[in-house]
Amino acid sequence: MPISLQVNGERVEANVLPRVNLADFLREHLKLTGTHVGCEHGVCGACTVRVNGEIVRSCLMLAVQTNGTSVETIEGISDSGEIADLQAAFRDRNALQCGFCTPGMLMAAQDLLQQKREPGRDEIREHLSGNYCRCTGYQAIIDAVESTARARMGRTP
Amino acid sequence: MTSVRVNPDALSVLDRPNSYIGKTVPRPNLERLLQGRGLYVSDIELPRMAHVVFLRSPHAHAKIVGIDAAQARAMPGVIAIVTGQELAAVITPWVGVLSHLKGLKSAPQSAIAIDRVCWQGEAVAAIVATSRAAAEDAAEHVAVEYEELEAVTDMRTALDPATSVIHASLGDNLAFERVHVAGEVDQAFADSDEVVETEFIFGRHTGVTLEPRSVVADWNAAEARLTIYQGTQAPHMVQNIVALHLGLREAQVRVVCKDVGGSFGIKVHIYADEMATYALSKLLRRPIKFVADRVESFNTDIHARDHRCRGKIGVKRDGTITAFEIDDLTGIGPYSMYPRTSAIEANQVVNLVGGPYTSKNYRARARVVFQNKNVMCQYRAVGHPIACSVTEGLVDLAAMKIGMDPLEIRRRNLIADDAYPCGSPSGLRFEKLSHHASLAKLVKMMDYDALRAEQAALRKKGIHRGIGIASFIEVTNPSAAFYGVGGAKISSQDGVAVRLDAQGSVICATSITEQGQGSESLTAQIVGSVLGVSTDRVRVILGDTDMTPYGGGTWASRGAGIGGEAALQATKILRKNILDVAAVILQSTPDELDIANNAVVNASDGAPRIELNELARVVYFRPDTLPPGIQPELMATKHFVPREYPFAFTNGVQASWLEVDTETGFIRLLKHWVVEDCGTIINPQLVDEQIRGGVVQGLGAALFERCIYDERGQLTNANMADYLVPMSGEMPDIDVGHVVSPTLESELGAKGAGEAGTAGAAAAVSNAVNDALQPFGVTITEIPLTPQVVLTALGRV
Amino acid sequence: MKAAAFAYARATSVANALDLLAAHGDRAKVLSGGQSLMPAMNLRLISPELIVDIGELTELRGITVRGDVLVIGALTRHVELLKSPDIAAHAPLLVDAVAHVAHPAIRNRGTLGGSLAHADPASELPACMLALDATIIVRGPGGERRIAAEEFFTGIYETALAPQELLVAIELPVAKKGSVHFFHEFARRHGDYAIAGLAAQASIDGGRFAGLRLGFFAVGDRPLLANAATRLTGVEVSAAVLTEACAALDAELDPQEDQQASPEMRRHLARVLLKRGVAALLGRPELGAGATT
Repeated sequence: MPISLQVNGERVEANVLPRVNLADFLREHLKLTGTHVGCEHGVCGACTVRVNGEIVRSCLMLAVQTNGTSVETIEGISDSGEIADLQAAFRDRNALQCGFCTPGMLMAAQDLLQQKREPGRDEIREHLSGNYCRCTGYQAIIDAVESTARARMGRTP
Repeated sequence: MTSVRVNPDALSVLDRPNSYIGKTVPRPNLERLLQGRGLYVSDIELPRMAHVVFLRSPHAHAKIVGIDAAQARAMPGVIAIVTGQELAAVITPWVGVLSHLKGLKSAPQSAIAIDRVCWQGEAVAAIVATSRAAAEDAAEHVAVEYEELEAVTDMRTALDPATSVIHASLGDNLAFERVHVAGEVDQAFADSDEVVETEFIFGRHTGVTLEPRSVVADWNAAEARLTIYQGTQAPHMVQNIVALHLGLREAQVRVVCKDVGGSFGIKVHIYADEMATYALSKLLRRPIKFVADRVESFNTDIHARDHRCRGKIGVKRDGTITAFEIDDLTGIGPYSMYPRTSAIEANQVVNLVGGPYTSKNYRARARVVFQNKNVMCQYRAVGHPIACSVTEGLVDLAAMKIGMDPLEIRRRNLIADDAYPCGSPSGLRFEKLSHHASLAKLVKMMDYDALRAEQAALRKKGIHRGIGIASFIEVTNPSAAFYGVGGAKISSQDGVAVRLDAQGSVICATSITEQGQGSESLTAQIVGSVLGVSTDRVRVILGDTDMTPYGGGTWASRGAGIGGEAALQATKILRKNILDVAAVILQSTPDELDIANNAVVNASDGAPRIELNELARVVYFRPDTLPPGIQPELMATKHFVPREYPFAFTNGVQASWLEVDTETGFIRLLKHWVVEDCGTIINPQLVDEQIRGGVVQGLGAALFERCIYDERGQLTNANMADYLVPMSGEMPDIDVGHVVSPTLESELGAKGAGEAGTAGAAAAVSNAVNDALQPFGVTITEIPLTPQVVLTALGRV
Repeated sequence: MKAAAFAYARATSVANALDLLAAHGDRAKVLSGGQSLMPAMNLRLISPELIVDIGELTELRGITVRGDVLVIGALTRHVELLKSPDIAAHAPLLVDAVAHVAHPAIRNRGTLGGSLAHADPASELPACMLALDATIIVRGPGGERRIAAEEFFTGIYETALAPQELLVAIELPVAKKGSVHFFHEFARRHGDYAIAGLAAQASIDGGRFAGLRLGFFAVGDRPLLANAATRLTGVEVSAAVLTEACAALDAELDPQEDQQASPEMRRHLARVLLKRGVAALLGRPELGAGATT
């Protein structure tokens, strides 16, 4: 099926089989391999991307469903500088080890920070509770999101 | 992080101005991972690459009567369908035994099952196609006729004469047995005021690396070389084994390991489906990609910890522990894994039980049995959580029996901090541990007395909180004693090659690997510190058997202690070589010179003499300006292996503070503390995060994780929705503290820290739950501590 | 694991969707938010021949108040329920419930209609429909049918919806002044399916329940509107009355066994929920404190 969409601000015209999900479309057709596939049944959160500004599991969406939408991946929001501060906080706090969950985790964290200016630790934990991380034990991630929120409020982290 | 150094050394090469040792330095590889620019195996695509999907047995135990792939072969995109028999033409079978585990036996295992499948999930055919989806489509049309055989599933009856024997050639289902006796156990129990005995049950669980196991194997027929892209912890081990079983020389095999999406011991083994992928590439003369999907990950990634262990402790009224006794039983699936074997965990349990304590009376038996379930093998903190839960559970039960505070009984029995070196009843040798300093620090960090007061006040209101303490020892920095002595070709050495490039930066190739622990960072920190250059001038190369020195890799908490020491020693030589040349150029002597801030400086006053890039320019491009006969050597290589102690033991203690809803059985973790002693700390942040990550894996075992098999050997929760791992919402904040007792085996003094968190977390939680439930007179010695388990113990359901 | 091949049709109107369903019957599957359908397809647990994507049917969107009736379109996503001022004002129970449904990325796609039509006995919204006395509106070849929530859920993943029908909206009476609600579920982790849960809507007059609707979930093959509520309505609720109600509830339950809980445990947790729910609704913590056996 022909589809037409924006991916990271670029126009993309493609022909896809209906069964191709958005995660595979991004990774295999567009070679945007920053979107990771950890379970393919919507649980792990590694494939989280934004569609029309909202985070979704890209393994639970067909590529054909993205016709006419704007899709943003980790590559896009890295290059735009939108989450440079969040990424710096993750780096400084070592809030990633193997890095496989990180793109999805950053997507989910930025989603929270856009909705809530200064979330508490419990709110951060809850918002990220659908994103698996097997390495960090989560605390460093919570710390990094918390300090980014504070910094964005103009306070010292 | 806070730390106490208990035996400060004299100034070493590490205590230099601008040293990075002991400092938090961000990891150099983080940016690419943060921006989605990493390169995991699943991201790799090669020209002519095909995808393999394995058709897997739906039965736990069955004879393969016939395979009909005719219809599937005709399907779109299908390149080949290969059976075990066909693949056997290019790959030989293997047997997972080691000679130092006396009596360990196993049966030959093939890359793809040939006549018989022995667990649900064992591959029976490989479907190679142009895409994963096409291969899956075809797999649905491969008809396999099975004749179901009796499945041996319950480890408790695996040795019964009435139970069928999985491998007739082995005679029975007993893979391994070890008995160990030390001291006068019966006499000690007889002399005890109280003896407590109970059974501890541990759920079978698995690693759930977020990136599934993945391989791209590329046989270049023209070069007669196989390049393997794989997220492995031990590239040289893979190289050796692939060469052995595919009939190649090691030089014909290159293993490349880029970014790895989690490993935790899952990716340190040789899996049948990975062997099949290598062989398929050779057979089909093209690159083949295998990426396990999540369901096959649950069915084929090694499982661990399926133990039932009877434990017994004797104690005197004054708190003196008189003896420990255990009888451990574990089921490992149908084969002992290759090449590390599946007897190591039970062997570790025997080694480690009672390890922190002074009692010399110890009797242990461990039996390892075959069953028709997925294979079990080494996963993070091998054996430690079992040994620690049994030991610390027994110690708490003994304390409860004699009415002593859990802290007090530990104070009275932990090996004294000044008693080292010493040995354990199981024959372990301890160089230097710090149980008492660690416990004292933990008590302070958690404000134990205040917590006890809070607990008592809340209990009056019907709120049931508990405190659990768990001391532990941890095996790190393994020498050849782990595998080499048993005949496995797994290097216990690690090597590092450092060279100064033509612009004065350092290229450092190390045989340890990176799966997120920070191997790259710690190597750069050591090289930068020893040499006197900033870490941004150090480029670390890892994970490529063509490019790095030969070595073991990263497992068993050996990267920092062994690979780090190799980096230190190699860099010392490079530093000397640089100073030798600098002395010539500067018409000085090496002793009068030093290197700091990327320049050769005066040792006396630190005044800069020549920038390293200038020195490199002279050496590489204008050696004609050097005096006759000078042959500068700006590259150095060193290897290191611990020789004095077979393992560098570390120690630590954990505490858990939690609340049990005694109406619902739900447990809420409120806080967790860890104090550990890994010797010299190279990067405090990396150590703390290893500890935290390890704790949470231990908490997963304590509360959530379990592979649930039915009586027919079917894994019934092989997906992420039904197999529960810890998530951010339920995990507590974890405070980490350190005591520092460097090992004197190396100049670096570093021991490992990767297992410590996992080793004691479940024990601390179990003890805290039992502490919370004291008013109900209930103790639970089973994990995971699900609401169902808690409510059942409380008699509510 | 990749979904098996299927044909895909993007419905252009409800009528068009109904035509497609009529032509293909149960070989077709309706794709709404896809948050339950896609995992099942990726795992090849189901392999429909045709996917009818209703995602672009704007006529199925929207939350409107018509007099004392709240109308919610089937394509209303969980996130919209969570953020809608109309829902907060007129059906606040739904806000509490939706916060327990999975995770933000799922709630951004999952729809009310999809959740109800999927009818997972452990999911939150079906039980809310019972508690809120909802009417489910479906359209089929024969026109529109209005089905009381109590009649809609018929078993595990089973509803009164025929394969040729489409769930288009639900209607709820707006919450009356002075009404109160309670939502709680016991789940192993944030966002997991519940082991047992209760969605309750009540009106209170003089410290007594004037009306009480108790929607239990995950304690049977479908959500349960508990008759035990009648024992608590119009009377002074004492510990003894509550114990009686618990016994009555127990007789109504037929819980299933799964990996998380035995039937006995589900019965026990349902009783705990009833006590805690009643205590919270009446603002009398002492009622929820005692041991439940």
